[in-house]
Amino acid sequence: MDSIWEYRNLLLAGTAVTVQLALASLALSVVLGLVGAAAKLAANPASQKIAGAYTTLVRGVPDLVLMMLLFYGGQQIANDLGSLTGLWDYVEINQFIAGVWSIGFVFGAYMTETFRGAILAIPRGQIEAGIACGMRPFLIFRRITWPQMIRHALPSFTNNWLVLIKATALVSVIGLHDLVWNASTAGRSVREPFTFMFAVLVIYLILTACSDVGLRWLERRYNVGVDRA
Amino acid sequence: MASSIETAPALKVHDLHKRFGEVEVLKGVHLDAHVGDVISMLGASGSGKSTFLRCINLLETPDSGSITVQGETIGMTVGRSGSPVPADMDQVIRLRARLGMVFQSFNLWQHMTVLENVTEALVHVLKMSKTEAHERACETLEKVGMLDRKDYYPAHISGGQQQRAAIARALAMEPDVMLFDEPTSALDPELVGEVLKVMRTLADEGRTMIVVTHEIGFARDVSNKVIFLHEGAIETQGPPAEMFDNPVSPRFRQFLANAIH
Repeated sequence: MDSIWEYRNLLLAGTAVTVQLALASLALSVVLGLVGAAAKLAANPASQKIAGAYTTLVRGVPDLVLMMLLFYGGQQIANDLGSLTGLWDYVEINQFIAGVWSIGFVFGAYMTETFRGAILAIPRGQIEAGIACGMRPFLIFRRITWPQMIRHALPSFTNNWLVLIKATALVSVIGLHDLVWNASTAGRSVREPFTFMFAVLVIYLILTACSDVGLRWLERRYNVGVDRA
Repeated sequence: MASSIETAPALKVHDLHKRFGEVEVLKGVHLDAHVGDVISMLGASGSGKSTFLRCINLLETPDSGSITVQGETIGMTVGRSGSPVPADMDQVIRLRARLGMVFQSFNLWQHMTVLENVTEALVHVLKMSKTEAHERACETLEKVGMLDRKDYYPAHISGGQQQRAAIARALAMEPDVMLFDEPTSALDPELVGEVLKVMRTLADEGRTMIVVTHEIGFARDVSNKVIFLHEGAIETQGPPAEMFDNPVSPRFRQFLANAIH
């Protein structure tokens, strides 16, 4: 246990990276999810097909494979393009950015399905009432669709978020100094891998427990008016 | 009951056509509503009466025909797909705010209280201040007998109360014309009366109302004009006394005979 204390700064720094990575990926996945859901629900067949291909691809391929593909493949493409056009020299993709892009890209597909289902769960009459009152589309989205969509989306959103936090551990593979990478490095150097992995387990549990509290609060807030009394 | 003599039409619908795929739902329906008119639209299900009402505020886009609200005709043009679309969406949005709509299934916003349902469009569409909107909403809720339920959520009140709140939501906008789409059809029989009573009060105040309904009693006692639709066309129309006491159309006679049972 002394060794944990000794390496506390390394663990905290790793935790900070993990949390930042998770939050940044979440933000990206929510944006992609909203765009994807809008594309799937749009009348335009082309946008439906593109969004459909996106969710099918992502949901059918392991996250790790996509992540390595994006990281190594992305780097290679960037450099090939650079040498081909002569526009830039050798570039190295930042691992944090690569992590955010790949996790955000993967979870954007899950969020697409979450938001699509949540929007479909809103009765058409709720929207029509807004239209009939002379509301503009964005006002309807902001005041009527969004709050009700959040309520329908929260259970599945919560699930996605918890899986996303855990998926951040994968970025240690591409060398990002997250919680897992730092802990295993420290564990190896003091030859106590078990102690350090146990610490990682506790830290992940604290993170997920904290987000559970936050999400429960959100759920209470958005369930106003429809709570099962 | 208000008379319709010598007043400009609050709403004029001319030769409205609408088809869903192969089915022609409306085959050229006309309607003139003068200020204070209460027009009941009767017809069997599938006769197109609800579609007609939904075309008036463009919840459904008519294929042809024109709609004029207080002298202002909604401009239509042909869209990219070849079907008609509103020429100026701003105009449609502006006119919708002047056509209050009451739905069969109430459609109160579930995440807002009764009061919030009423103030929502006052604040965000009519741009009233919060205090002003609150005042207007309370007056309107008082009128429909729902002031004591203003802080309830829709899920926690009865269907009749929800419909009265929905009427208040439309009424608070002070629309030129109120459109009722089978306002009592989703209600338990014992709750129909309270909603009809509110509608009767509005009619007595001289509000212009178009009411799609199955309530023969309401059509006879409250409206000053009855239109009977059959398969997307007006079969017969006239003042209720004439229509009900001496029905000329055999189809309308048949409809009445079925409705009474």
